Amino acid sequence: MKKSNILQNHPFAKYLRQDRMPHIWCAGCGNGILINSFINALDELSIDLDKVVVVSGIGCIGRAAGYINVDSFHTTHGRAIAFATGVKLANPELKVVVISGDGDLFAIGGNHFIHAARRNVDIKVICANNFTYGMTGGQYSPTTPLESWTTTTPYGSIEHPFNLVHLAAASGAIYVARWTTLQVRRLKNSIKKSLQKEGFSFIEVISPCPTIYDRYNKLGTATDVMRLFKQISQVQHGYDPSKAVITKNQIMVGEFMDIEKPSYGRLLREMTIRVQEKLKGEESK
Amino acid sequence: MQKNRAVLQGTHFLSGDLACAEGALAAGCEFFGGYPITPATEIAERMAKRLPEIGGVYLQMEDEIASIAAVIGASFAGKKAMTATSGPGFSLMQENIGLAVMTEAPLVIVNIMRGGPSTGQPTMPSQQDVMQARWGSHGDYEIIALAPSSVQEMFDLTIESFNLAETYRVPVMLLADATIGHMWERVKIPPQEEIPLSWRKKPEVAPAKYKPFKPDENLVPPMACFGEGYRFHATGLTHNEEGAPATVSSEAQDRLVRRLCNKIRRNTKEIMKIEEIMLDDAEIVVLAYGITSRAALSAVRMVRKEGIKAGLLRLVTIWPFPTELVTQIAKKSRAIVVPEMNCGQLVREVERAAKTTPVLLLSKLGEEPHRPSEISSALRKAIK
Ligand SMILES: Cc1ncc(C[n+]2csc(CCOP(=O)(O)OP(=O)(O)O)c2C)c(N)n1
Ligand code: SF4
Repeated sequence: MKKSNILQNHPFAKYLRQDRMPHIWCAGCGNGILINSFINALDELSIDLDKVVVVSGIGCIGRAAGYINVDSFHTTHGRAIAFATGVKLANPELKVVVISGDGDLFAIGGNHFIHAARRNVDIKVICANNFTYGMTGGQYSPTTPLESWTTTTPYGSIEHPFNLVHLAAASGAIYVARWTTLQVRRLKNSIKKSLQKEGFSFIEVISPCPTIYDRYNKLGTATDVMRLFKQISQVQHGYDPSKAVITKNQIMVGEFMDIEKPSYGRLLREMTIRVQEKLKGEESK
Repeated sequence: MQKNRAVLQGTHFLSGDLACAEGALAAGCEFFGGYPITPATEIAERMAKRLPEIGGVYLQMEDEIASIAAVIGASFAGKKAMTATSGPGFSLMQENIGLAVMTEAPLVIVNIMRGGPSTGQPTMPSQQDVMQARWGSHGDYEIIALAPSSVQEMFDLTIESFNLAETYRVPVMLLADATIGHMWERVKIPPQEEIPLSWRKKPEVAPAKYKPFKPDENLVPPMACFGEGYRFHATGLTHNEEGAPATVSSEAQDRLVRRLCNKIRRNTKEIMKIEEIMLDDAEIVVLAYGITSRAALSAVRMVRKEGIKAGLLRLVTIWPFPTELVTQIAKKSRAIVVPEMNCGQLVREVERAAKTTPVLLLSKLGEEPHRPSEISSALRKAIK
């Protein structure tokens, strides 16, 4: 079948910008699985696609915004969440989703992440965590495990990595989950849940990077990495996120946080109504 | 489209910063994203109070990088949006100013200039960011920047900034200084229906046919916003008319970057606002902008009384720079005096345009703007 036919006949054809294919991602990259789970979630929720906005930063996964057929914006490196905050507050009708990488969201963009979580802005952040800066050729990122090899840790990493789910929970997120690209159904369900909740949600997706990180660290092929995910993931809901540190032998996955708290948008609307009513009262005096 | 926005009416005694905030509301601004910094803080404070009254959004972000990012987001979500800052914050905004240029986001950036470099002199005025406004972000682009010289103009030119931003889909900079920001003067606000307002051009084609970066005759593309059903993509990468990245095509780079420049260059005459005072028979000319143009006007009047044929060219728009006009004026004059509160920034443009006519920089740093006497003695010297 010709490329165009394959795309047009695909049940998810309407969710992708077909003129942007082929995508830039390597064979075996986890980014495709993440996008697939996201699209599945949109499909199962029958969300009005005209009201969804996908925002990305810069990186391999940063190209996600360009591929998904909704209003989308590819911002500067690290600024996706700040941009998304402006979008959501300017038009509360929109479902605003940030899809970006561990480097983008937690190195250069770390400050925006913690503050958006603290404000509980109603945006959904999905992070493809491949433990490296893929786009620039495999330097270490804030999630690179100790002792790992990257092009800028040629003697092994001596930096302690972030535990992203702990960071998110401590910063104020109302929904926090972690999955690997192996647990696609659960990942999709988490995305669905986050889309239905009002507030800041964070989903970490542990994602293979067979071309760079996994190769440098001798983790084998993409299939080998999926096998590894199978061996070392441990599903447990409600686990203490501060203890969910990723090690060589264990990746705790599951929902770490699922609470309710008024979103920034809600508090803003309530305040606006109060201010306007007071103003009306003063005017009619 | 235009709703009742609770615009102030009548005559008011306001500071420059407050007048700027009220001007923004009169222009239809519904979103402010910022971070406090002297001497621009009062704009944020006024907006924090006033925006909820009209149902708008005041958002204090974690820094200026986030502020401008949120403002670009709000603009793409369909709102007229702005931020206000000063030197250090303006520096932090530079990367995303490039993003706003590249994705053609209409928005307004107010910079109440203070003494730099670095933290410099927070409460002292300067005109030290004139070149940063022009070239501060990487890459090649054109920008619009206006320089108010009174509190009234802080009101009027804030509205003008929004109108230009919406018309040309560009970030527009209002470059004031600490003196104007903090000075109190009378401001006359015209009735709301007498304030002309511009709004971004909307697409006239069906979503399937919409190309988000396909320009009209004036080189500006009609703008769909998020949630309107057009499902478009925008990126800071070089892109084609569809909005798709074109990162290795020379043709795409040439086409896009030239259009972004030309939409300002070719419309310079429409954008440009200048004041020509006593220039008809002038043998010597002061070219000034912002606060210094007030002392310049007094100086010109002073030396006229002594029989010196002096005139004032006041730039309200400093970017794009009116090169042709300055060349014409220079041809007829013996010298051009340029008072600036920096070590010589806009003077370089004047020199370029003046060709063989001598250009004299009157540079001043620190607490006070130029005094009329400083400019008048420069005029006397220059005519000798
Ligand atoms: C201000 C700035 N600094 C640096 C870069 C270069 N850069 C591009 S992508 C990237 C890292 C992306 O890593 P990550 O977010 O983990 O995404 P991945 O490529 O691994 O998917 C960097 C450093 C940039 N584009 N902008
Ligand atoms: S370099 Fe790694 S993260 Fe980037 S596309 Fe290839 S596999 Fe994916």
